[in-house]
Amino acid sequence: MALVSPDVFIKQKIAAVQDYAVLAGTAIMDIFTGPHYWADMFTQMDSIGVGSMPIIVLTGFFTGCVLALQSVTALQQFGAVSKTGSLVSLSMVKELGPVLTGLMVSGRNAAGMASELGSMKVTEQIDAMRALGTDPIRKLVTPRLIATVFMLFFLTIVADAFGIMGGALVSIYLEGLNGSSYLHSSYQNLIHGDIVQGLTKPIFSGFIIATVGCFFGMKTTGGTQGVGRSTTQAVVVSSVAIIVVDLLVTRAMIGIFGS
Amino acid sequence: MSETQTSSGAATLELPEGVPVVEFKDVSIRFDVKPVLHKISFAVERGQTLILLGPAGCGKSVLLKLANGLLRPDEGSIRIFGQEITTMRDRDLYAMRAHIGMVFQESALFDSLNVEDNVAYRLHEEHVPEDESHARVVEALKFVELEQAIAKFPSELSGGMRRRVSIARAIISGPDLILYDSPTGGLDPITSTTIIELVMKQRDVSHTTSLLVTHRLQDAFTLATHRYDAAKGMAPISKDGPERGIDDSTKFLMLNEGNVVFHGTTEELVRSTDPWIKEYLE
Repeated sequence: MALVSPDVFIKQKIAAVQDYAVLAGTAIMDIFTGPHYWADMFTQMDSIGVGSMPIIVLTGFFTGCVLALQSVTALQQFGAVSKTGSLVSLSMVKELGPVLTGLMVSGRNAAGMASELGSMKVTEQIDAMRALGTDPIRKLVTPRLIATVFMLFFLTIVADAFGIMGGALVSIYLEGLNGSSYLHSSYQNLIHGDIVQGLTKPIFSGFIIATVGCFFGMKTTGGTQGVGRSTTQAVVVSSVAIIVVDLLVTRAMIGIFGS
Repeated sequence: MSETQTSSGAATLELPEGVPVVEFKDVSIRFDVKPVLHKISFAVERGQTLILLGPAGCGKSVLLKLANGLLRPDEGSIRIFGQEITTMRDRDLYAMRAHIGMVFQESALFDSLNVEDNVAYRLHEEHVPEDESHARVVEALKFVELEQAIAKFPSELSGGMRRRVSIARAIISGPDLILYDSPTGGLDPITSTTIIELVMKQRDVSHTTSLLVTHRLQDAFTLATHRYDAAKGMAPISKDGPERGIDDSTKFLMLNEGNVVFHGTTEELVRSTDPWIKEYLE
């Protein structure tokens, strides 16, 4: 990377944030005006939603298993092993389900979007699209944005469900806890605010994954090397942003629901 | 400016008399701190073919992207079909591009679409019925003599075939202006000649206004001294006729280091006494 003076560096970063804001804003505005590319949106839903299902199921399931194992060990010290189901479900629904789903989908799809759009950019396909009278943000970014936000919401529910299921299997078959007691404490302690908190996060994460992935793809320069660079940047930035936004949303939700 | 519908279904623009199709006035652009084009001015009349010549990196492709609104200049005015495009809203630019065809340097075909869908891209965007769209794709592919490749994907095509598909995609809507960005770049001489014949065919059959970027002098002079004939194909223009072996509608614009060094006819170019031009032509 070429060395530049601090003022040029700061200007470049501010310009990048400005470009990102313009792209994200335009993609949102395009939702409310035509034409809409429904076929592209359903293709992306299939790719992002159905395509990510195996990794989300596995991640959710094994996270739930590990969480149950760790919880039982810790709760035994306080004689509260019966609260394992509650701890697993609260952790999965409020925090681990949304964040891990966001991170896994970010690794898979933000990278995919950046490399796909980056390849199109360096081979002039995006310019060709503009030359043929198509707005690339409307055609490429908006369908990915809608598809990611929509599918991440449901993927999070799947991850939560498999996490609780994984926790149940470990608690019942490895730790010998009562299954009915586990499931009972799992849902008894979940309140409305927990569910809202857990399902608000994927909306933000989906937005971050799609806009960051597409932004780095659309600003790719420098041939195949540039595509690789954009892909790495998209995954790093979207993953960090998901965790930072998770903190902000959690704080806001605690402010609203008080827990 | 008004539109009329042609038999092929494409809308053509009717410009008032005397209004050039392309007009650059004092156009400058720089990338970061590096000036690329400096105070460029020229005009292209309806039916004219302007060949942009110059060494690599002199700003020819940038000029073409400016003409299509893909880049915006730092200074100056660009009028396409009489409309100022430097201040035009993106939405209006997309609408205007329906009248402009562009052939990219590396073809820029959509690699996830087959040849038919690539060529019909604009028709699909305009929701042209599938039957009509297919018929127009076949017609465009026949023009570039590639109808047998209709179901193939870009990865299955040679460089020359990709360029021909790119030309078919550019001409399918019957554009009023075609921008060719080095259509023969990186091709062997025989394939280059085929591509130049297609450019010539489009010029002489449809009389479409065009800007053609090339750094191959041979291609430029072939275009300026030959004409497409339906019976004979590409043939030299007779030196004994009124045109004295040169196509009147073909003009040249030479760039060097972002400046215009020549703008005129073929005859004026070959008779130029400018030492840089003479050296370049030799």
